[in-house]
Amino acid sequence: MKSNQTQIANFFPRDRSWHPKAYTPDYKTSVLRSPSRALIAFGNTLSETTGPAFGHDTIGPLDNDLVLNFAQSGMSAIGERVIVEGRVLDERGQPVPNVLIEFWQANAGGRYRHKKDGYLAPLDPNFGGCGRTLSGDDGAFAFRTIRPGPYPWPNGPNDWRPAHIHFSVFGLGFAQRLITQMYFEGDPLIPRCPIVRTINDPKAIDQLTARLDMSASAPMDALAYRFDIILRGSRSTLFENRLEGN
Amino acid sequence: MATPIENPLYPFKESPSQTAGPYVHIGLTPNFCGIPGVYDKDLGTAMVTDKTKGERIKLEGRVIDGGGNPLKDALVEIWQADADGIYRGRAEPEFSGWGRCPADAETGIFRFETIKPGRVAFPDGRLQAPHINVWIVARGINLGLNTRIYFEDEAEANAGDPVLARIEHRDRLTTLIAKGKAGAYSHDIHLQGPQETVFFDI
Repeated sequence: MKSNQTQIANFFPRDRSWHPKAYTPDYKTSVLRSPSRALIAFGNTLSETTGPAFGHDTIGPLDNDLVLNFAQSGMSAIGERVIVEGRVLDERGQPVPNVLIEFWQANAGGRYRHKKDGYLAPLDPNFGGCGRTLSGDDGAFAFRTIRPGPYPWPNGPNDWRPAHIHFSVFGLGFAQRLITQMYFEGDPLIPRCPIVRTINDPKAIDQLTARLDMSASAPMDALAYRFDIILRGSRSTLFENRLEGN
Repeated sequence: MATPIENPLYPFKESPSQTAGPYVHIGLTPNFCGIPGVYDKDLGTAMVTDKTKGERIKLEGRVIDGGGNPLKDALVEIWQADADGIYRGRAEPEFSGWGRCPADAETGIFRFETIKPGRVAFPDGRLQAPHINVWIVARGINLGLNTRIYFEDEAEANAGDPVLARIEHRDRLTTLIAKGKAGAYSHDIHLQGPQETVFFDI
């Protein structure tokens, strides 16, 4: 019985100049929550190259439909109905199959269903804001939701988050674990946001910006946005323990 | 959106991280934050069953910022081997190896009920000391932080651990070692400052 322990080789090192740095003072909360000492690096061991796996029994029938999964019978969430679809790939372009993807977001008015969110925009009684799915054998995933609204937050005196959906993704190893945010093509708040701007490289920001995908939309139902997620690549094990190749 | 970048060897770059934000619980532990009925239960809350092999342990701690304040909105995940030092994942129905816990909204305390992990081989064959791999996300943390938790009552194994040996400033080792014995451990994680926990680039 083979497990991930023999299948996954070392991951490519993270490019930490591509990711946001820990200390990004324009995003004020990072000031006291960023380590000031250097990270200690070491090569991957089994502790990093293995990770939890989740089966289809984890996923309920409406888990990938935020329009319906919190709604009263016969009701649906209010807002612009959208399908978000894409693939989970690694840095070699290989599909990452059967990994858990979780997502959460505000409602159409920018209000989160969370007791700490005191924004005056109302809750939608038919919208919870959480969903999850597994990538398919080809790495593909899709879910239906409503487009979240922008919302103000107490950072600068007049800071607004662009419309966004939070994503949490598992890979095949715990070192691939990733949380990020998806933005919507054309949103003029994107370049103004201090959280977006924790990322230095415009190409990296572009990678988090989903594209309107008319081909994947459901006519008379929902528009579609395409959002691919890239996880760390892994190195060949050829010269370590599998001389037969891979 | 993933578009090929100017690297002729590998066309894709890892999706850049963003903070989990203050409402991470909506997505990852909705029942905990008052969104019932979407999922039966929050993932990662039960790591062991009555049949799980190994010594039961309770591990609790806080994540503390550079001002000495516990984070009340952090989310901690752990990943560990079973009692025999094997990473099982879903292959072992009696032990998940993975746990997820939001910090308490009042105290900032996170708690895991699990088993003491066995020793896992380092790539060169040496045995690592028993340890739990930790991943921390929260508002204000732009990229999840990786650390490990070792155990105070495993001093001999800790002394020979190849990862701990990488840490040049030996006085920092204590920041990775949970205090306690007989199955009850406590471990605070300091994000910044004189007691700053060692974080890893894995």
